[in-house]
Amino acid sequence: MRILLKNCRPVDPEMEIPERADLLLEDGRISQMKTTDNQGDSSAGSAGIETLDLKGAYLLPGLIDMHAHFREPGYEERETIRTGSEAAAAGGFTTVAVMPNTRPVADNPATIELIKARAAEVPIDITPLGSITKGSAGSELAEIGFLSQAGVRGLTDDGQPVMNSEVMRRAMEYASDFELPIISHCEDLKLAAEGVMHEGYYSSILGLKPIPAAAEEIMIARDIALAELTGARLHIAHLSTFRGLEMVLQARAKGIKVTAEVTPHHLTLTDREVLGYDTATKVNPPLRGQQDLKALQQALSQDEIDVIATDHAPHTVEEKMGTFDSAAFGISGLETALAVLHQELILTDKLDWKRLVRLMYYNPAKILGLEAQGLRTGARADLTVFDPDKNWQVDTDKFKSLGRHSPYNGWELTGKVLITIKDGRIIYDDRGDQAEILY
Amino acid sequence: MLKQRKDFLGLYDVPGEDIMEILQTARSMKDIFTRSIKKVPTLRGKTVVNLFFEPSTRTKSSFDLAAKRLSADVMSISKSSSSVVKGETLLDTARTMEVMGADIVVVRHSHPGAARYLAKNLKAAVLNAGDGAHAHPTQGLLDIYTIWEKLGELQDKKILIVGDIAHSRVARSNIWGLLNLGAEVRVCGPSTLLPRQLEETGVKTYTKIDEALDDVDAVNILRIQLERQESGLFPSLREYRFLFGINEARQSRLKDEALVMHPGPMNRGVEIESSVADGKRAVITEQVTNGVAIRMALLYLLAGKEVQYENLA
Repeated sequence: MRILLKNCRPVDPEMEIPERADLLLEDGRISQMKTTDNQGDSSAGSAGIETLDLKGAYLLPGLIDMHAHFREPGYEERETIRTGSEAAAAGGFTTVAVMPNTRPVADNPATIELIKARAAEVPIDITPLGSITKGSAGSELAEIGFLSQAGVRGLTDDGQPVMNSEVMRRAMEYASDFELPIISHCEDLKLAAEGVMHEGYYSSILGLKPIPAAAEEIMIARDIALAELTGARLHIAHLSTFRGLEMVLQARAKGIKVTAEVTPHHLTLTDREVLGYDTATKVNPPLRGQQDLKALQQALSQDEIDVIATDHAPHTVEEKMGTFDSAAFGISGLETALAVLHQELILTDKLDWKRLVRLMYYNPAKILGLEAQGLRTGARADLTVFDPDKNWQVDTDKFKSLGRHSPYNGWELTGKVLITIKDGRIIYDDRGDQAEILY
Repeated sequence: MLKQRKDFLGLYDVPGEDIMEILQTARSMKDIFTRSIKKVPTLRGKTVVNLFFEPSTRTKSSFDLAAKRLSADVMSISKSSSSVVKGETLLDTARTMEVMGADIVVVRHSHPGAARYLAKNLKAAVLNAGDGAHAHPTQGLLDIYTIWEKLGELQDKKILIVGDIAHSRVARSNIWGLLNLGAEVRVCGPSTLLPRQLEETGVKTYTKIDEALDDVDAVNILRIQLERQESGLFPSLREYRFLFGINEARQSRLKDEALVMHPGPMNRGVEIESSVADGKRAVITEQVTNGVAIRMALLYLLAGKEVQYENLA
C-alpha cells in the first residue's frame, strides 16, 4: 500500500526539513519527502497511491507515551489493551509503555508475554514495563533478569512507591546490570498520609486532606542520592513540584543520570480546579500550585524537562463517582494530551513543535531504548497528523478509553489529531464527521 | 436573593446582607419559641429528610425540631439504619428519599463536598448539616446569631476561634460568615492544627493563646478530639489544656461584655474549664436554642418561593 501525504508541515528537530512537504509512504516506511510544489500537481493521479491533502496540518513522528495504565490483565473493567490502544491512536500516540500495576503485577515473564500477545492484536506498539519488586510490594526484587529477557525496557512500582531505601538501592544496582532505567513514582506514603489533594490554600478552605509537596520531594531527593550512590539510570515519573524540579536540575549538573517526565495536566492545571470537588481533578501526584505550574512551564522552554507523558489512568464510572474522598485517583489523558498542550502551551508560545517532538518522541525513545528514526527516509511510517485549526469540544462520553473522567471535559479546544498512521497504515482518521478508528 | 437559592452548602459565597437576612428571619422564628403553641403552619405539606451518615445528636435533633415547628413532615435516616450498610451509594439513598417526595434534604456526611455532590445531582433543595472538615453553615450561623443578639453588629468585632482549626467544619463556616460580615477573625491552636495558608482568607493566626485573647469580643472554643492526639498532632490532652484551655485566669483577662462560646459537645476540663463553661460569660446553652431558630430560618428560605413569610404569623 502506498500513501501520499500532500501539503503538510513536517516537524523533526533532528533533521533539515522543508517547511511544507509531501511524503510518500511505501511498505510501511517513509520512502520519500519533498518540498510541496504549489505550482503543479505532479505526483497526483499515480495508480495505486492513496493521496491525502493535509492542507497544511502538522506532521509529527508518531508520539510515544512512556507512562500509561492499560489495566490488562486483571482490571479489564477499567481499560483493556484494545480500548487503551484505540484511545492512544485517537490521541496521536503510536507507541505506549504500559505500567505493570496489573493483576497479577507484571513482575514475571509470563505476564509480560500475555501483555505482548494482546499487544500483537492491536496496531500500535506497546512496550510493557516490569515491576521493581515482587507484587510491587516493595520488599523483594522482582526477577529483573527474566523481565529483561522478556523484553522489558524499564522498571517501576508506579502507584506503590518503594518505601524501603535499601530495597530501592539494590534495585538500582541490579537494574544497572541490564541497562534498565528505574522509573520512580516519588511519594512518601507516610507524609502523604492518605491525603487527596495538594496542600495549600485550596485544601485549607475545602477541608480536604492535604498532600504536601514535600511528600514527593523527599523521595525525589532520596532517589537522586541512591542514583548517585549506584550510578543507576533514574527516571522521575510525573514530576509536579518546583522544588522537585530544582533537585533534578542540580543532580543532572552533577552528572547523575536522572531524567524527568511531566504530565499535560501538571503543565496546564492547578489545585484551584478542585474547587467544586469534581472527582475528575483527583489525581496523584495532585494538581499543584501556581508556582509549580509556572516553574514546570518555564522548564519546558529551557529544555530542562525530558519527557511529557500522560499518566493515562482510566477508572470505571463507579470508581470516579461519589465524593472526592471516595473517588479513585487518575485522569484519562491519552485523548486530550496533544490538543491541550497545543492550545495551552504552543499557542501561548510556551512550547514549540520541535520541542514537543523531543519531549514526546525522541527523549522517551532514548530512555526506553526504542527505535526513533523520526521523519527520515526509510524510517517506519509511524506518524501523527495534527490539524491546528480544528475546533472541537472534549466530551468524555465519546472517549475510546473506558476511562471517562477528564478535568478537560467540556473544554473547547483549537487543534486536534486528524490522522494517526502506524507502519504506513491509517489507524485513526477524523477527517469525516465522525471520529473513526479504522483498524 | 436567598429565595433564589436551590441549596445552602456553606457561607463562603454568602454575602453579608444575605447573612443578615437569615439572622433577621431567625429572630422572627425565635419569637415563636416564647408562645404557648410553639408551632406554625409555614411548611405544611413540605417534606424534610434528615440524612445523617455520621453520628449526631444535637444537630440532628435541632433540625428535627426546626422542621416540626414549621409543620413540615420529617423523615430521619441515619447511617446504621439505612441501606448504606448494604452498600447503597450516598446518591442512591438520597434519590430514594427524593422520589418519595422530599422537598429539602438535610445532609451530614464525613466527606468534604458531600452536600455539594448531592446538590448537583438532586432536584430537591440540599441543606448542608456538616460535610467533613469543609462546612457546617447552620452552626456557623447560629454562632454568629448568638454574637449578634448579644453584642449587635458584627462589623469590626474581634472573634477568636480556638482549637483544631484544620479538621473543623465549624471553624471554616464561622470564618467565612464572620469575614463576610466585616468582623476581625482570629484562630488559635498549635501549628499542627492550623491549616496551611489560611491567612489568605483574611484571618489572623496565633499559636499563643494569651496573645490571641487580647481585646476579643467573643471566644469560640472548639472541641478537641482525642483521636487527634492519637494521630500525633499534639503530645497530650494535659499539655493541650495547659497551653490552650480556657480557664478562669484566661477568662479574667477578657473584656467585661466578651462572650465565651462552644459549639459542643464539650470536653469539660480539657479545652474549657467547667467554671468557665458555666460562668457568666458563657452563652453555650443559648447557642443551642438559637440553632433551632437558624435552622427554621434556613428551612423556610429554602422551601421555595410559594412559601410566604406571612404564613409565619
